[in-house]
Amino acid sequence: MSRLSVIGQRLLHLIPVLIGISVISFLLVKLSPGDPIRMLLGDRATEEAVSMVRERYGLDRPLLEQYLVYIGNLLQGDLGRSIRYRLPVGELILDFLPRTLFLVLYVMCLSVPATVLLAIAAARNQGGWIDQSIRVLSVCGMTIPVFWLAVMLSRFFGVELGWFPVSGYGETFIEHLHHLFLPAVSTAVWLVPLLVRNLRAAILEQMEADYVTASRSKGLPEGYIFRRHIFLNSVLPTLHLLGVMVAFLIGSSVVVEIVYAVPGLGALMISSVIGRDYYVVQGLTLVYALGTVLVTLTVDVISTLVDPRVKL
Amino acid sequence: MSDEPAAFASMSRKVPFEIALGAAILAAWVILAIGAPVFAGADPNAIDLLAILQPPSLNHPFGTDHLGRDVFARVVFGARIDVWMGVAGVLPPLVIGVTVGLFSGYFGGLLDTVMMRLVDITVAFPFFILVIAIVGMLGPGLGNYFIALALVAWVSYARLIRAEVVVLKNAEYIQAARALGYHPLYIVLRHVLPNAISPIVVYAMSDAVLVILAGASLGFLGLGAQPPTAEWGVMIADGQPYVIDAWWICFFPGLAAVTLGLGFLLVSDGLAHALKVTS
Repeated sequence: MSRLSVIGQRLLHLIPVLIGISVISFLLVKLSPGDPIRMLLGDRATEEAVSMVRERYGLDRPLLEQYLVYIGNLLQGDLGRSIRYRLPVGELILDFLPRTLFLVLYVMCLSVPATVLLAIAAARNQGGWIDQSIRVLSVCGMTIPVFWLAVMLSRFFGVELGWFPVSGYGETFIEHLHHLFLPAVSTAVWLVPLLVRNLRAAILEQMEADYVTASRSKGLPEGYIFRRHIFLNSVLPTLHLLGVMVAFLIGSSVVVEIVYAVPGLGALMISSVIGRDYYVVQGLTLVYALGTVLVTLTVDVISTLVDPRVKL
Repeated sequence: MSDEPAAFASMSRKVPFEIALGAAILAAWVILAIGAPVFAGADPNAIDLLAILQPPSLNHPFGTDHLGRDVFARVVFGARIDVWMGVAGVLPPLVIGVTVGLFSGYFGGLLDTVMMRLVDITVAFPFFILVIAIVGMLGPGLGNYFIALALVAWVSYARLIRAEVVVLKNAEYIQAARALGYHPLYIVLRHVLPNAISPIVVYAMSDAVLVILAGASLGFLGLGAQPPTAEWGVMIADGQPYVIDAWWICFFPGLAAVTLGLGFLLVSDGLAHALKVTS
């Protein structure tokens, strides 16, 4: 099967998932005990106004029809309106998106090199003290609550030492890097251990493969075998895990944004949940899911391009 | 000793240390949680405005918070909630997921297709975001957190056990059981389940860490356990405004969460080694 048709099949597989995502985010608002339209318009709204909006969003019709109206609005880019901001939800999300995107990319830029270095160090000294200490540290990293680490880091490096700002986002690119350093580190401390464990195991597995013995018997230098064969073959599973982790990364970015008062999607999500701004929560959940799907898709496509053996 | 099988000997020598340490930590937390009134030495919600923000001392080993409440007592009582989260948050998704995965994997067909589609769709959402969204819609509170978990977290278990079952159902002894005419339900429960359960046990232990951390995060965000409940996440949120002068209010609940998580993770890791479960 050619790579293109593999990718084509993967895209086809996407359709039911996208429909499912829209169904779930549609049903989400149905979970709430209150009447979202009443909340949208406030207490002083007249009955006519309420029923007018109800009609506009199709809320007076059967559930299936309501869903079709919702899908229709989605396809036109209408995610509903925010109660508190009095803005279209789509606009609001686009407004808050860049900071979260910046934070997520920042975490990746910190995590990936650290992961590669630590995993190689651990795998090449398997069982030695470097391996053991990396293992102990990574177990600790996985159990540390991200928000707690964020609070403690902001107190120590932000307030005590004054090296980094403890809130906000800054104006310029350099300021963004400076402002988001502690938030990014707090998240990376949790992410890196997971990736290191995975990459280390993959490297160790590849080290025992037959082709390594074959390369050795040809007399190739160890360093060359490691760089050209072992490492390249170990990267794929970790790349895959990284794709999965982005979803978790987005999750932990929520608490970090709250601790450091970064006005990103996570902060918007929490304030909307607390303010019962239903359509913002619904729209955000949808956008988060679409983002995750996009990332997994990208990782899958890259895997196919890198390694023709990959079957999706 | 010397005539023991090699695998067994290595298990009794190497593995148990990890599991023993983890289990000891877990046992200590469970005992602390159950005996909280005895160990705490103070009422976790007793406000003492004459003794606010006091640093750790003999009287208050972990100091006091902004209302003069004893942080040590609150950490100990908090264990009741956070240990409970690790149980009540993990078991329902585990039971739902194992049931779904077991049957859809063994019987296949339409049930399998539908269930696995549902799994695909659910994992498309970032776990924590979907939990926040569901809790947000239902209303803040620990009960709704457990409902959200039951709705979302079962998919990992279903996926995991299904992968095992699909391989197992073609094993010779399962085929033999089928040839002997045993009832499918009997085969699934008596033969397939016990052989497919090890990865589930290992995963459940590490899942507990995730559930506790997510639950504490919700508490911190004001969406989980509600103040004045002594819950570690809530305590960290309470202490955050005072963290510059009174670090101990935030520090100790976090440390408690780390040690509890460590207990689960050590057991999970040790079991993975002992049961030879990969990934």
